[in-house]
Amino acid sequence: MLMKPGPPLRARLHQHDKKMEQKTTNSTLISFILNNKQINTSLPPGTTLLDFVRYNQHLTGTKIGCREGDCGACTVLVGELCEGAVRYRTATSCLMPLGNAPGKHIVTIEGINLDVLTPVQQAMTDESATQCGFCTPGFVMSLAGFCLSDKAPTRQNAIAAIDGNICRCTGYKSIERAAERVANQLEGCNGEEAAQFAVEQSILPDYFTHIPERLHTLSLRLNGEHQNGTLSVQYVGGGTDVYVQKHDEIKDASIQFLSDKPYLKGIRQEGRECLIQAASTVTDLIESVVIQTYFPDFKTYAKLVSSTPIRNMATIGGNFVNASPIGDFTIFFLALDATLALNDGSQTREVPLHRFYKGYKTLDKQADEVLEQIRFTLPNSATRFNFEKVSKRTHLDIASVNSAIRITVEEDIITDICLSAGGVAPIPKRLEKTEEFLIGKELTESLVIDAINVTQTEISPISDARGTETYKRLLLSQLIKAHFLKLFPGLNVEQLLTPSAL
Amino acid sequence: MKNIDSRTHVRGESVYLDDIPLIQGTLFGVAFGSPMAHGVIRNLNVADAEAMPGVVRVLTHKDVTGENQIGGIIPDEPLFADHHVHYVGMPIAFVVAETDDDARAAVKKITVDIEPLRVITDPREAQALGELIIPPKHFRLGDTSTAWAQCMHIFEGCADTNGQEHLYIETQGAYAIPQENNGIKLYSSTQGPTAVQRAVSRSSGLPMHQIEVDVIRLGGGFGGKEDQANMWAALVAVAAHVLKKPVKYSLHRMEDMAMTGKRHPYSSDFKIGLDNDLKIIAYEATFYQNAGAAADLSPAVLERTLFHCTNSYYVPNVSATAYSCRTHLPPNTAFRGFGGPQGMFVIEAAIAKAAESLRIDASVIQEKNLIQTGDEFPFGQKAESEAPACWHKTTELYELNAIRERIATFNNENRLSKKGLALMPVCFGISFTNTRMNQARALVHLYTDGSVNVSTGAVEMGQGVNTKMLQVAAQVLSIRSERVKLLTTSTYRIASTSPSAASATADLNGRAVQLACDELVKRLKTVAAGELQTDVEAITLKDEWVYVNDQKTDWDWERLLMAAFSKRVSLSEHAHYATPGIHFDPIAAKGHPFAYHVYGTAIVETTVDCLRGIYEINNIKVVHDFGVSMNTAIDRGQIEGGIVQGLGWMTMEEVIFDKTGRLRSNALSTYKVPDIYSVPDEIAIEALKTEQDNLAIFRSKAVGEPPLMYGIGAYFALRNAILAFNPTARIPFDAPMTPEKVLLALYDGRTSFSTNDQTASYVAVNS
Repeated sequence: MLMKPGPPLRARLHQHDKKMEQKTTNSTLISFILNNKQINTSLPPGTTLLDFVRYNQHLTGTKIGCREGDCGACTVLVGELCEGAVRYRTATSCLMPLGNAPGKHIVTIEGINLDVLTPVQQAMTDESATQCGFCTPGFVMSLAGFCLSDKAPTRQNAIAAIDGNICRCTGYKSIERAAERVANQLEGCNGEEAAQFAVEQSILPDYFTHIPERLHTLSLRLNGEHQNGTLSVQYVGGGTDVYVQKHDEIKDASIQFLSDKPYLKGIRQEGRECLIQAASTVTDLIESVVIQTYFPDFKTYAKLVSSTPIRNMATIGGNFVNASPIGDFTIFFLALDATLALNDGSQTREVPLHRFYKGYKTLDKQADEVLEQIRFTLPNSATRFNFEKVSKRTHLDIASVNSAIRITVEEDIITDICLSAGGVAPIPKRLEKTEEFLIGKELTESLVIDAINVTQTEISPISDARGTETYKRLLLSQLIKAHFLKLFPGLNVEQLLTPSAL
Repeated sequence: MKNIDSRTHVRGESVYLDDIPLIQGTLFGVAFGSPMAHGVIRNLNVADAEAMPGVVRVLTHKDVTGENQIGGIIPDEPLFADHHVHYVGMPIAFVVAETDDDARAAVKKITVDIEPLRVITDPREAQALGELIIPPKHFRLGDTSTAWAQCMHIFEGCADTNGQEHLYIETQGAYAIPQENNGIKLYSSTQGPTAVQRAVSRSSGLPMHQIEVDVIRLGGGFGGKEDQANMWAALVAVAAHVLKKPVKYSLHRMEDMAMTGKRHPYSSDFKIGLDNDLKIIAYEATFYQNAGAAADLSPAVLERTLFHCTNSYYVPNVSATAYSCRTHLPPNTAFRGFGGPQGMFVIEAAIAKAAESLRIDASVIQEKNLIQTGDEFPFGQKAESEAPACWHKTTELYELNAIRERIATFNNENRLSKKGLALMPVCFGISFTNTRMNQARALVHLYTDGSVNVSTGAVEMGQGVNTKMLQVAAQVLSIRSERVKLLTTSTYRIASTSPSAASATADLNGRAVQLACDELVKRLKTVAAGELQTDVEAITLKDEWVYVNDQKTDWDWERLLMAAFSKRVSLSEHAHYATPGIHFDPIAAKGHPFAYHVYGTAIVETTVDCLRGIYEINNIKVVHDFGVSMNTAIDRGQIEGGIVQGLGWMTMEEVIFDKTGRLRSNALSTYKVPDIYSVPDEIAIEALKTEQDNLAIFRSKAVGEPPLMYGIGAYFALRNAILAFNPTARIPFDAPMTPEKVLLALYDGRTSFSTNDQTASYVAVNS
């Protein structure tokens, strides 16, 4: 459901908050379905789902590996009503607050067990894909999520579903073989609804067939009041950053949950512009027709960013607001010269993304302002775009340096250039001096080399766990070369590799 | 046979430490670790913490009821820092509260004033200052001083390897439950139940028989829970003993990473001499082991570095010296390979240096020097070598020459993408090098309904040892495997256990199970002979039936057990096994310390993106000396897992301490282990089957550690790919080969600024 952004919506939010305020005086319950059980809990909404299932519900199959979304041992399924059906996606329960659970179906490994092993469990067993077993429930849940998704049943897609699960014992080869088996077993599905097919195939218990109506009933009861917030002290989107950074402080904080606000969801095109509501997740972007149309490589870029469960949870707005100097999508949208819409409850204000960052983790944003929307001009047929990222581990890692470019070259002259880089300054950086140097000039190999020398004067990387200053300088030079070599294959490689260049 | 825990694993029903249902009144502990790496404690303030809600007590060294000491090999590691702190994270206090949240909130209120002292993080600096854990160790063969004269080519250099975080997915933890009359029952996530029992006994002051350590299973160990589980067990045990309440501590990941030791980083010097025919005539190496702040297992790790300093090669003249250097890092500890990989890396670096200088392929030198049966290792043992067999089977089976041609073509055709190849032969000795640890016990109970319980000292941590123990019992008793149950590892059922380590757990405990079952079979045969009125020699037990002279009788397993019970014959047996024929004189550094060696050879192929400095390990093709594998599914899993762990150590896993001794790679966001996309497309494993007898259980050779070292090949393959792009690159022998090091090497000498700076592992990192 899409709604228009702007003051009317914000006013709606405030009305809503007022109602909540009255409600919270008589201790609001958070209601959702956990496996086959109706949950109504008055625990603080900042409590993580992981702590809730393990220590409150004593469902110990969900394991704790890292509490920062980097290992997948705590993976659960999150189902929500979506056009009448329940759409399941995986989530790392360590980063998911109870406040993001209302009205949803949360599934732990206990919730998929049958008397016999499910095909996923059987495949893991048959391929000896479990050794110490500690990571195993997470893998099983990710593969169960794959069975419930509408992804084509290929080996590649099955493996993509477990890209957020770390195993230290097996070396993954046996797990790959198990994933392949699972994919093969799904080939029998002929467009049936995934959950229905899964129940028929004994992939899931049959209570799953009643979940849509139960969630529907639940949603009527909730009457749209999905939130258990008081007037906000702390805003939380997907939680994937804030629960890593401030786990201890936030669990008892008063939180305004943004992830499920309908007016913060949705991606659409209006004329030449794309409008992304801030609580859209990375997965929403990947699945968006607009994005797929204008950025055919988006899926490839997104594969370099975290993992499936994190992409399912993380919001674009959160990526901007956490102000990490190496936020992948911040860098991506900087090169698209995106504009942000912020609302303080009474009025909307627009800020260009590249003016949003004032200093390290300092934003041009008031405490009561909420980032509602991201707007940018879609590329036209002459526009070329590329995103590059290098990290110590190619996937599921934070960038050492990342960079994006939007460029238009008409009759060999650069008529438009927008270049960004992360990991080279206290803020996600637009390389404005480099852009200034390039605009209006004829694109040649030596121009690229000279531009890189300009870039070196406007960046200030520091040595840290992701690399030394020397490395980051060299790496950004290389990534800029990579942009040009990828977008302009006619450029001469040897000339770009000349020893004199950086 | 599949891992017997598979069903509960895939259903999330397997029980690990943090899953054990809590006893009412259980309290929760959290350690307060030193914020400084080295200094004198001037003032410790725990009053604010004690005033926090839910806090029951804050314990310090003053509360230790026994001796404030948990050191295993050397008593140099206090349970609580008393006067000095020696590393960041060293426990100073232990907050015990009613909930985990309360304890964690309170621990933040503790403050400590520490007068800083000089912090040493570099092992060479420690050695220069005489900061050694033990006196240096030397291994010698022949006489290198005179051998250099026979060498046509001599090369010298340095080779460094970084540490490695174990990253067992289950963090460390322990749960102590007081029993009547001052006893303590402890659940511990440990590879060494007896080590925990001993440490708890010492620190609590209770005799060992008062302390039951019970281990259900571990969510991974890899050496990290061998001695390092002692600390957490001792903390909860002392707290439980003092407070007379159950106390549990399950570490958070960042606590675990910051407070526990890792694989030892080494810095080493080498000198290698070859004759005209490329035979290695002499090899000298000096190893500087970064031991961290206390001995832990460092002396034993150091020794194994020396045992494996010539890897799979015969070198007639060897002189190797090793220093265990005391630094202000958490005490480094056992990690799969136990110092062996660090020793092997150095001789592989020496060979690579020789090959690169002589402009030949390293495999030419490797092949010419493979150890042969009858050759002497530097420690005196004579090899029963499978090294040439593994090497030749590898190169033939996988068509090495064809691979080389394909790579040469690829490198000619691609400017920004280069492939590199390396071979990695491995020779790894099986046995604890401390001879007295090579013993094990098993307890087997036969019940009158025909079911069987087996207890051993082996700890199940994913390596499948319980499955193998079950196989041994079922096979020797000749019964269906469903009749056999493996019990938890408890110091009350099996005493004086050696830790599950050194790849030898299945061998030692399996032999003990075999002995126990053999004895039970002997007794049962006597009963059967009596009942069937025949000679014992005529009786056999086969597939649950009694046979007389190979004729099936109407006596089955259950009937036989009931008959034995009725005749008052014991249906229980406790057996003890000690590996025969092994010995080692640590003073002379000579002996026969290993029951046998495991051999193998790997071919590793990599592709480097020469624009971005990122890379892929494309495939690893291995011929591995299994003996006769008793469980191919488990053994294959061990090899695949070991290889990927070795690849991680050599490529992306970078432990980063800053100059103040603070761990910077302190979470999974900053310390990267292989994910599913970073493993090779293909790991091919072919068995070298060997028929001769050996001391392994059922001749199935140990498989836990040796495969890790195949991963070393990735480092040298990446090096070769870099040299294909930039033949003049100066690449220090410095593992891991991170994308940073690759990119700096690719453009070494090609940029306007120096790329030869120190990389992240060695620089003071901005906070």
